[in-house]
Amino acid sequence: MDSASTLYRFKKTPSYYAWVAVFILIVAATIGGLYYSTQEIDYVWRWYRIPRYFAYQDNVEIRAEIDGEVDRIESQGNEESIIVVKDSEEASYRVPTAGIRVDEGDFISYGDVLATYPKWKVGILLQGLWLTLKVSVIAIVFGIFVGLVAGLARISSNPALKWSSITYIELIRGSPLLVQIFIWYFVLGTLFNTLLAKNGLPQVQPLWFGVAALATFTGAYVAEIVRAGIQSIHKGQMEAARSLGMSYPQSMIHVILPQAFRRIIPPLAGQFISLIKDSSLLGIIAIRELTKATREVVTTSLQPFELWFVCALLYLILTFTLSMLLQYMERRMLVS
Amino acid sequence: MIDVRNVYKTFFVPHQVQALVDVSARIEPGEVVVVIGPSGSGKSTFLRCLNHLETADRGHIFIDGIDILDRKTDINKVRAEVGMVFQSFNLFPHKTVQDNICLAQRVVRKRSKGEAEQKTFTLLEKVGIRDKAGVYPDQLSGGQQQRVAIARALAMDPKIMLFDEPTSALDPEMIGEVLDVMKALAKEGMTMVCVTHEMGFAREVADRVIFMDEGKIVEEGTPEHFFTSPTHDRTKLFLSQIL
Repeated sequence: MDSASTLYRFKKTPSYYAWVAVFILIVAATIGGLYYSTQEIDYVWRWYRIPRYFAYQDNVEIRAEIDGEVDRIESQGNEESIIVVKDSEEASYRVPTAGIRVDEGDFISYGDVLATYPKWKVGILLQGLWLTLKVSVIAIVFGIFVGLVAGLARISSNPALKWSSITYIELIRGSPLLVQIFIWYFVLGTLFNTLLAKNGLPQVQPLWFGVAALATFTGAYVAEIVRAGIQSIHKGQMEAARSLGMSYPQSMIHVILPQAFRRIIPPLAGQFISLIKDSSLLGIIAIRELTKATREVVTTSLQPFELWFVCALLYLILTFTLSMLLQYMERRMLVS
Repeated sequence: MIDVRNVYKTFFVPHQVQALVDVSARIEPGEVVVVIGPSGSGKSTFLRCLNHLETADRGHIFIDGIDILDRKTDINKVRAEVGMVFQSFNLFPHKTVQDNICLAQRVVRKRSKGEAEQKTFTLLEKVGIRDKAGVYPDQLSGGQQQRVAIARALAMDPKIMLFDEPTSALDPEMIGEVLDVMKALAKEGMTMVCVTHEMGFAREVADRVIFMDEGKIVEEGTPEHFFTSPTHDRTKLFLSQIL
């Protein structure tokens, strides 16, 4: 290791620390410059307004569903049951003790507030983040599957498999994802849902067309990664496996793919990070993922600067976590 | 046991080469045949045709009476009976020595885990590296790796063993240990076809030597005939260059 360290240009000399200082200066100047500019145009930073879009306290009102009289209020720990009676009809409402607005013997009519209490609710940004995560994970799972199949077909000697795979890969890689999303939603989606409706079947949600668009898009790139991974394994490995009497699929499963998989983790990680970021395009087909959610919040809150930074930061958290996860997997596979 | 009749093989990539031209040979059970010749003479192609790693263009190759060029032949079954050892070992780097040897026993021969492991340890004992069962191939020396590769091939209980320059990638001090294993195998009566440059091995162990040049079998005979009184000029020239 010692000999390797001499390869690095910088050792820990005074000049090293000077350049560290330069780096810090660049970062500080960028942030400072940005802040100064916003002050010049009189932008008011209101960071305190942001947390409410992650989670907020909503006031829940419990209303009577019948006319009648409050017959009794029964205590059950820190909750109470309000029992409303009218003739033989009886209705019971469980509410927190602190929020009760009625007494025993009160007459109430339909729609009166019996109790109110605050409740934490998930904000729109967190909902958007969750949807982004969900869409990405499903698309990654399908993308791996599609990519593996297409990658294996790509190196097959069967022309039907090989040419299908090449056609798929070239079509997908040669057109913009945005256009593909439109095709999935407006063309295939319309076709599919109209046919379903004609046969009296339930409709497919836009979410699934979005997932399909991302999965097929990623699948084409994964296919090329898989192909390159398999072809990077020395052909002697396949020969050795086949010479022992193992069939082609057996050799693939036991010898080639485990070795190829280890090598393709880094490029796969890059592909999946791209997928998470590309999911931001799904907003255009009415899927309220993180970017669309942010846009909606911006129009109501009028705090675009804070919100777009927060949006970027949330994507960064997702991609960074994924990147760490795959690095961990890679390390673990190298040990085994 | 092996019957090769009028086999032709031409490669077109990277450029057109006639690797085998009308090659015929018979190898009897228990026979040890050494194939020698200058590089590019087709000797490796000949060997690789015997277990169908290369497909001959024309002719017939019978292994134990089965025509391996017949499309209806299940080549995997034939290959399980024909062990092969490669110049570059081709051990599976993601598996331990033990798993390298167990894999095909489990997958192809459908042996139980216990059976396969017992066989593996017997073979590791035989090639003299029983203590290396749990390590990965990259932790072994070249000679040790090649001995594991031999054990891996033997684990299938093959009737024939093919050796494709098994010592050419080894450091000189490790050649001996691999040749010793091969000699022991020959003594047990294994049918062997070896492509090698080890003339000492050919002289000592071979029942027959085949000399190939430009895709043809130029001369074949016993080692004595071969090393003392070769008939063809091409053979004489080759021997004078290497001995």
